[in-house]
Amino acid sequence: MLRITGGKVYDPTNNIDGVVQDICIDDGRIVETVPSGHGRTIDASGMIVFPGGVDVHTHVAGAALNFARGLIPEQHRKAAPFMRRPGRRAGMGGVTPSTFATGYLYAGMGWTTVNEAAVPVLSAKHTHEELRDTPIVDKTCCVLMANNEIVLDLLEAGEVERAKHIVAWLIWAAKAYGVKAVNPGGVEAWKYGKNASTLFDPVPGYNKVTPAMIISKLAGIIDDLKLPHPIHLHCNNLGTPGNVSTTLETMKVLEGNRAHLAHLQYHAYSGDGWETIGSASVQVAEYFNAHKNLTTDAGAVLFGNTVTITADGPWQHLLHQLTGKKWSNLDVENETGCGVVPYAYKPGSPANAVQWAVGLELLLLIDDPWRIYLTTDHPNGAAFWRYPEIIRLLMDAEFRKEQIKTITPKVIKRIVLPELTREYTLYEIAIITSAGPARALGLPQKGHLGIGADADIAIYNENKNIADMFAYPRYVIKGGTIVVEEGEPRNTVDGHSYVFKPQYDESIEDYLRPVFQQFYTMSFDNYPVEESRVHGMKRVESPS
Amino acid sequence: MISLSLKEHPTVPLEAECISPDVMANLFEAELAALPVFLGKRRHNLADFFTISGSGSDEIELNGDAGRVKWVGKGMTRGRIAVRGNVGMHLGAYMSGGRIDVSGDAGDWVGGEMKGGLIHIRGSAGGQLGAAYRGSITGLDGGAILVDGTAGIELGMRMKRGLIAVKGQVRDFAGLQMKGGTIALMNGAELRPGAWMLRGTIITLKPVRLLPTFAPSGMYNPTFLSIYAKHLHQFGFELPFDVRSGSYQRYAGDAAVPGKGEILEWVGA
Repeated sequence: MLRITGGKVYDPTNNIDGVVQDICIDDGRIVETVPSGHGRTIDASGMIVFPGGVDVHTHVAGAALNFARGLIPEQHRKAAPFMRRPGRRAGMGGVTPSTFATGYLYAGMGWTTVNEAAVPVLSAKHTHEELRDTPIVDKTCCVLMANNEIVLDLLEAGEVERAKHIVAWLIWAAKAYGVKAVNPGGVEAWKYGKNASTLFDPVPGYNKVTPAMIISKLAGIIDDLKLPHPIHLHCNNLGTPGNVSTTLETMKVLEGNRAHLAHLQYHAYSGDGWETIGSASVQVAEYFNAHKNLTTDAGAVLFGNTVTITADGPWQHLLHQLTGKKWSNLDVENETGCGVVPYAYKPGSPANAVQWAVGLELLLLIDDPWRIYLTTDHPNGAAFWRYPEIIRLLMDAEFRKEQIKTITPKVIKRIVLPELTREYTLYEIAIITSAGPARALGLPQKGHLGIGADADIAIYNENKNIADMFAYPRYVIKGGTIVVEEGEPRNTVDGHSYVFKPQYDESIEDYLRPVFQQFYTMSFDNYPVEESRVHGMKRVESPS
Repeated sequence: MISLSLKEHPTVPLEAECISPDVMANLFEAELAALPVFLGKRRHNLADFFTISGSGSDEIELNGDAGRVKWVGKGMTRGRIAVRGNVGMHLGAYMSGGRIDVSGDAGDWVGGEMKGGLIHIRGSAGGQLGAAYRGSITGLDGGAILVDGTAGIELGMRMKRGLIAVKGQVRDFAGLQMKGGTIALMNGAELRPGAWMLRGTIITLKPVRLLPTFAPSGMYNPTFLSIYAKHLHQFGFELPFDVRSGSYQRYAGDAAVPGKGEILEWVGA
């Protein structure tokens, strides 16, 4: 039992905006009252109480991330070391923190739930093993589907109903929570050395399947299956100048379905080449504001060294050619691809300056904070532990003005950031970091402090320097346990993994088994992730 | 002068990056004694391993067989370290100024990713001298490393600026992937010198076995060699530059990358 008294509470789900009130916790959940004299009391007078942060899109575990870790020893040498202490394992920070350090860093910032956004079924076992070693935070993951050849073959044959059962089977096989679509058709085309840069042309190797068809059919299937989280879409033409037209077309294709557009910053550029790249955030935000079926996350960029990791193989090859930096490519059999390229965002580079501006512009131009969430597409735009820097940029227009002076003046006329005066309130920050993403993920017990909610709470010392305030919470509580106290990590608890079990016809295995045995290098029976492998699994069923 | 004498040869490598003028110059003796060193994963005080005398100086003297003492002079920017005996790996790594003299041998990774200053080793050095650490794109980026004895593999790997001169023979892959700077080999090299070199100069006074991707491109005596020769003369390195005593055969490569580097092989008159 635990009581938090005197803190200024920000709980947007329950319309509480900076009201001083007490919060009581019993058995890991928030309750009305606890009997006086029982349990500990935290005096939070003068402090700010937030629901624990929820990251809707991050890459923290699995084969691709591990590949990236291996590719950048030069960055590990500069990374913050985590020394072994009682109750804490050794590890390493940096742009791709080691598993245990990932949990400590997220919790140390007040974030308590993360969504690993890209898991191929083939490496899902690896992902779950790493998530097991990512302590404190609760986890969900999205399984990659938009370039799965078995699914695409069924779409080509017009067998959407069967494809639906396959998708459902694959979600459960991967012990996933949602479905991710990366560069639909493009990663498949990459197997032919090509990309899918237009939405309505057939994908190489197919006659009927186009990126638009994959997007609309998958979005429909996911809505039909009643997944708590809609299709999690990484649009085509990520990162390329002028890709705003593709993004707008994609949003039109999605009309009538729910969808979450991942890292929108990478999809909102004007121009026709790297010399003319500019911000198209106004166009994107205008369309987005008018279409309530969509949610998104920022995928904001901060300047500095990082490493880019994505299933979008063709884009990574292009990025390697543009930068001349190291490049790795993985082919994941019939399912997806992957590329890794270390990268440095520089304020003097026109393209990087535009990217930096677009991330912030989208956060400022999209008027409903319930539909855009704070992410950096970790580690692609910046490491997640730099979120407090973005919060400061959003809350302090003066500081933003100062920072705009540091980017190359060449792009000032191609961005709108200097004209934006909006400043986020703490209430809105609580929405984009916690309440909003929890709602988008369909986790009703997360992202708020109402009765019955999971007791995931971050308590910050009020501080004029917003970045410092959010970087060093005074207390962090996860499931009722104090994990950070006086700014120091105290207890390490294990988080849960939320897994969704959609309803499907079990006999779909009779169809899948021979197809699978013909095309995969592994045996069908070894393919699904066993339930026992998912540590702290919490099963979410589809409503019947 | 701060004088450090090793009490006994450590059984496993001792990491002592605190042995640097930048760290030590402004400390009192008690503070010097309490500086952290790591024996394996355990933290100890400097005084547990060294007898320390003197303070308030940016000149440091290291006595005893420090062949297992690593990271001496890491990141130093000024002052001088004189090692009387051997020294371990990563000597002068990341240093950007000052001078290190070693009377004995040094381990691997001498001057790793060094940016400036001078390291002179009277004995021999190990591999990866002046190299880039794994994953980095740039090795030696300025300054000079001189070795009177021999040196190991991957000498000057990915170096970008600066000078490396070795009197003895060096082993395989000297100047691997180098992007600039100068390597002077007074006694030749073993296999594949200049592999993947993009730019820069490797001077060799002994014939070397070249990769097929290096093409002969004339005989000459570049003007800059006389300046290098005068500079190196003060350290006891004699680099011929007078046309009356011979010329350099120039090889351009490595065409496998393709690169614009050069290997200059001395041909006596």
